[in-house]
Amino acid sequence: MTTTTTTQLTLGKALNSGLRRALADDDRVVLIGEDIGALGGVFRVTDGLQAEFGETRVIDSPLAESGIIGTAVGLAMRGFRPVCEIQFDGFIYPGFDQIVAQVAKLHYRTRGHVSMPITIRVPYGGGIGAVEHHSESPESYFAHTAGLRVVTCSTPQDAHTMLRQAIASDDPVLFFEPKRRYWAKGEVDEDIADALPLGKARVVREGTQVTLVTYGPLVATAIDAAAAAEDDGVSIELIDLRSLSPIDFDTVEASVRKTGRLVISHEAQQHGGIGAEIAASITERCFNWLEAAPARVTGFDTPYPPASLEEHFLPDLDRMLDTVDRVLGRPNSLSNWEA
Amino acid sequence: MLRESVTEHGTADLLEDFVQLLKPDGSRVANPTFDTWVADVTDEQLVSLYEDMVVVRRIDAEATALQRQGELGLWAPLLGQEAAQIGSARALRDDDFIFSSYRENAVAYCRGVALTDLLSMWRGHSHGGWDPYTVNMAVPAIIIGAQALHATGYAMGIKAEAADSVAITYFGDGATSQGDVNEALVFAASFDAPVVFFCQNNQWAISEPVGVQAKRHISERAPGFGIPSMRVDGNDVLAVMAATRIALDRARGGGGPTFIEAVTYRMGPHTTSDDPSRYRTKDELEEWKGKDPITRLEALLESTGALSDEVRARVKAKADAVAGELRQGVISMEDPHPLSVFDNVYAEPHSWLERQKSQYAAYLETFEGDER
Ligand SMILES: Cc1ncc(C[n+]2csc(CCOP(=O)(O)OP(=O)(O)O)c2C)c(N)n1
Ligand SMILES: [Mg+2]
Repeated sequence: MTTTTTTQLTLGKALNSGLRRALADDDRVVLIGEDIGALGGVFRVTDGLQAEFGETRVIDSPLAESGIIGTAVGLAMRGFRPVCEIQFDGFIYPGFDQIVAQVAKLHYRTRGHVSMPITIRVPYGGGIGAVEHHSESPESYFAHTAGLRVVTCSTPQDAHTMLRQAIASDDPVLFFEPKRRYWAKGEVDEDIADALPLGKARVVREGTQVTLVTYGPLVATAIDAAAAAEDDGVSIELIDLRSLSPIDFDTVEASVRKTGRLVISHEAQQHGGIGAEIAASITERCFNWLEAAPARVTGFDTPYPPASLEEHFLPDLDRMLDTVDRVLGRPNSLSNWEA
Repeated sequence: MLRESVTEHGTADLLEDFVQLLKPDGSRVANPTFDTWVADVTDEQLVSLYEDMVVVRRIDAEATALQRQGELGLWAPLLGQEAAQIGSARALRDDDFIFSSYRENAVAYCRGVALTDLLSMWRGHSHGGWDPYTVNMAVPAIIIGAQALHATGYAMGIKAEAADSVAITYFGDGATSQGDVNEALVFAASFDAPVVFFCQNNQWAISEPVGVQAKRHISERAPGFGIPSMRVDGNDVLAVMAATRIALDRARGGGGPTFIEAVTYRMGPHTTSDDPSRYRTKDELEEWKGKDPITRLEALLESTGALSDEVRARVKAKADAVAGELRQGVISMEDPHPLSVFDNVYAEPHSWLERQKSQYAAYLETFEGDER
């Protein structure tokens, strides 16, 4: 029997309800991370879960990310489905070795005998005025690593649905949560039987002139940009990628064949980023349909700057629209720029 | 004096299984070994330690207020840890080099870090704020435990040069779970590095009590690495100073690394974003208030007559002046230039970053005349 409950939730609370459902539906699901118990996590995503499910299912771990991921590997081999919380994006690196050398490769190394149904939740991205290591977008490192699935949500519904799908997946999933959108509200239906599968992109808004591809925290920004463009007579088709590995190129390709123009935006640095992969793949797939070179609007190739400079680093509506103008051949900031 | 090995003993669960020279009520405890290391400390020097502790507590309160008023993005209070930080930092020589975490604001104060430099990170103007070489103190490490390895490597360098300075690293109880800290202990022991591991066990790592990180005293871990250790009352400025002097002396004399566990308490929230009421009781805080590091030194100084009303007034005036300077400095900090985002990424020119910077400059020009 399925119970349908539709409620208004913040993105953070939608993750919380997703975790609660996952814990209730499968007693092999365990949560492990720093401060996720009594505190409920620094963003309260695990609020109340330890009280409800106990200390063996919601585990406050010692302060060690390699320990969190490494023990999750062992738990997974014992048949559990660990959901790890990394407190902030910039703290994932002590666990990097376990993720890329173990979690990602065990299925391959054991010729499929061992699976790694581990979900690694990572609050990521900037815009919250934080100190260093609290605003990073490290998704490319993981998308570059074979054996890992990498996803990110932009709405409360997707947060809830995708997290449950990630936990149910027999593959390891890096689950990136757009921390500056934790407080964004939306309807959440807990009946996810007919939901879009985990690896699929979503067309958020249809349009005809430019395909704008983004994900996570910038989807909300892009929605505003598309609305502003419309007022200016420009029709943008907006795609929320949702999955960064695999990337749903079919959806992007179909859109670009229609619009002929592609802009990709992410907070992460440009070099070697998701945008580069999309620009290359779509150029390969749709060269004859492209009216202009694909363009990227991204964070700069610098470390994430101190908070007082983050408004410059982060792509915003104006920078997105300036780039849209560029692919449309309209006057833009680089019209008279020379290297 | 130094614990050289892990031994079975019945007191592992006793919090106050440590060296204490100054009781919470201000009375002196005789300790033949440790006393000799602070025998030279005069009343005047005690007053100066008292002044340091009062001033840094005032800095802490002012910074917390500035955060509440929106002038700082965040602040990590050291309230309650004044003795641990002042007692150790004041034992150092100017050429000893410090590698700390984000909470060692009192240590930075002792090093003469400019107040605005100290606060610039918390205002979101920098990722560190000062030149480590002018004060012999690295900028704070936010990645828990990373600095322990840096201190060890720096100490290996000191040893290679046959110099007699020492590296000291500050970290918390939580940090002792990190691989980096454990690796640092291995390297330091293997290479007899002149490094002091100074662990402030303030009982909490955000919401996790120290019991999550350690089943026995943290100080008991070091001997297993071949590093002798001491466990001292971290709210006792004299015990801390004595222990630090012992460790520094060992390092300078070629004795290698020493580990100090200073048992203290984080009386405030983890940071200004934290809400400790979610995970700890008021009673616990009240209990620790009774062990306040400043009150007990005050009591000692009163008993010896070293704390006259005049001295008290002078210390208060100094604290007020520093707080005023801090506030003024923070409020008048100039916003960094937008294009400074691109500064200092590399030591040498980098072709595509130059290109990005130039393109962003062109972009900013399109707003010239606008408010942005
Ligand atoms: C690698 C890493 N993981 C997690 C964090 C988040 N974090 C910041 S402070 C802290 C607790 C640190 O506790 P402790 O070492 O006892 O130092 P204290 O804050 O008590 O001074 C945590 C988990 C971090 N900064 N770095
Ligand atoms: Mg601590």
